[in-house]
Amino acid sequence: MTDLTDLTIAEARDKLAAREISARDLTKAAIDAMEGARALNAFVTETPDRALAMADEADKRLASGDAQPMTGIPVAVKDLFCTKDVRTTAGSHMLEPFTPPYESTVTANLWANGAVMIGKANMDEFAMGSSNESSYFGAVKNPWRLGDTDLVPGGSSGGSVAAIAARIAQGATGSDTGGSIRQPAAFTGTVGLKPTYGRCSRYGMVAFASSLDQAGPLTRTVRDSAIMLGAMAGYDAKDSTSVDTPIPDYEKALTGDIRGLKIGIPKEYHSDDTPKEIEALWQQGKEWLREAGAEIVDISLPHTRFALPTYYIVAPAEASSNLARYDGVRYGHRATLEKGDDLNEMYEATRAEGFGAEVIRRIMIGTYVLSAGYYDAYYLKAQKLRTLIADDFHKAYEKVDVILTPTTPNPAFAVGAKLDPIAMYYNDVFTVPASLAGLPGISVPAGLSSDGLPLGLQILGRAFDEETVLKVADVMEQAAGFTARPGVWWK
Amino acid sequence: MSVDKATVKRIANLARFRIEDERLEPLAGELNNILDWIEQLSQVDTDGVKPMTSVVDHALHWRADEVTDGGKRDAILSNAPASEFGFFAVPKVIE
Repeated sequence: MTDLTDLTIAEARDKLAAREISARDLTKAAIDAMEGARALNAFVTETPDRALAMADEADKRLASGDAQPMTGIPVAVKDLFCTKDVRTTAGSHMLEPFTPPYESTVTANLWANGAVMIGKANMDEFAMGSSNESSYFGAVKNPWRLGDTDLVPGGSSGGSVAAIAARIAQGATGSDTGGSIRQPAAFTGTVGLKPTYGRCSRYGMVAFASSLDQAGPLTRTVRDSAIMLGAMAGYDAKDSTSVDTPIPDYEKALTGDIRGLKIGIPKEYHSDDTPKEIEALWQQGKEWLREAGAEIVDISLPHTRFALPTYYIVAPAEASSNLARYDGVRYGHRATLEKGDDLNEMYEATRAEGFGAEVIRRIMIGTYVLSAGYYDAYYLKAQKLRTLIADDFHKAYEKVDVILTPTTPNPAFAVGAKLDPIAMYYNDVFTVPASLAGLPGISVPAGLSSDGLPLGLQILGRAFDEETVLKVADVMEQAAGFTARPGVWWK
Repeated sequence: MSVDKATVKRIANLARFRIEDERLEPLAGELNNILDWIEQLSQVDTDGVKPMTSVVDHALHWRADEVTDGGKRDAILSNAPASEFGFFAVPKVIE
């Protein structure tokens, strides 16, 4: 039955609809694959019993003819989407004991569509990381290896992408604050879509940086990404920043016809530090799109190089506010107190024990940049830079329809290789600018490095124009013909 | 701008972290590395630029000002590290 796990969402949907396969068999295959891949550490919590119950419900829906596109499709859920009665940790010791009494809107939408949850995927602690090494529950291993060397899957949605690349789940939810969907997708040869800010509800997602956080799908193909986004997105009264705009049929956007579309190539994304093979792949991407009838246009996004430092003011500032809620009173971890410890000592001991080093570092930075006397120099300055960065994109989109860039400046690296925080932050150098501007972006696997590791190209679009992003991504995916897969070593 | 041990201690207090004295020096170093790197933003002239307050231009929904949810005391308390008599329980704060 292992070949069932090879099916894409689109293929599985069609076979389920034709009753060639059952949701139960598809789910059983996913559970077997999950249990056989524990060496990857992709899941914090496995939910096989719940998965089979959901699969049986899906089979009933399929039999009664009221199936939706995701009905019966096995999905891994990043462990920052609250799932009712299923522990939700955000990769942190702080939330190790937390079992939400409610469901996030994105997952509720998926279940209403008939999707099947097989488990909660590992992630960087509170989504702060680019390697999945900051998880309290241990690093996730990339299914791709370099000889015998274990590589990181990227982050923060590291468990989600590992589950897709290792052929465990057909789809996975991710969240992207500065690149946490697109960067791990590039590291694992999978497709990762960050929608426009406001496209998916943030209700029930453990918050990191509220003005940047956005949920999106991780899948094996662009078509699957289109199908899954349609089942996740939508206005939600419980999130005032979700936008009430119609959800198109994204799959219909995949016409294969990009003739006349204008593709922007931002000169600031060229760097002497970028490996030649990534520059070459980017050139190749341009050629593929040109051959398909698109027009290549050189553009400038002048403030690009300030995006990363801007992000590392805005995101920690918001994180320091959001994570103030972890006080050991209402939920989560509470430190064991000494006799006579007062409330303040409880807060301080709880927070020192509950958070890992990177989370503490970012809360400290955020607290500092928001503190009296420094707010204007740091936070206000960053908010102004954010305006300039967004304006760069607005001006570019007067001339072009989408923008093509590499997704990451390097392929996956070895576990433990990047110890300096700023070196780690540079993983997101190509993904952060669009995050600050709230724009949609997708990473598509486009080729292999000289070491045989996957590399991704990124397509960015206008706000709420995921359709054009998906359309171009689909054409590029066809042209790239990426079929490489990691050797199975984890069973 | 560079942070010293006293500043780290002050920030840790604001953020409610217990930090051992021997960690203050290394943490000051880590924070200074990041702050020095962020410092490059001062090169950019932002006079007259409006700070971003909302990344997507859209009007907020209106709704009637009425209670739509509630009555979930037990569900809310179900994750509390300590609760008593239907309340969150914390160390004594009044002598």
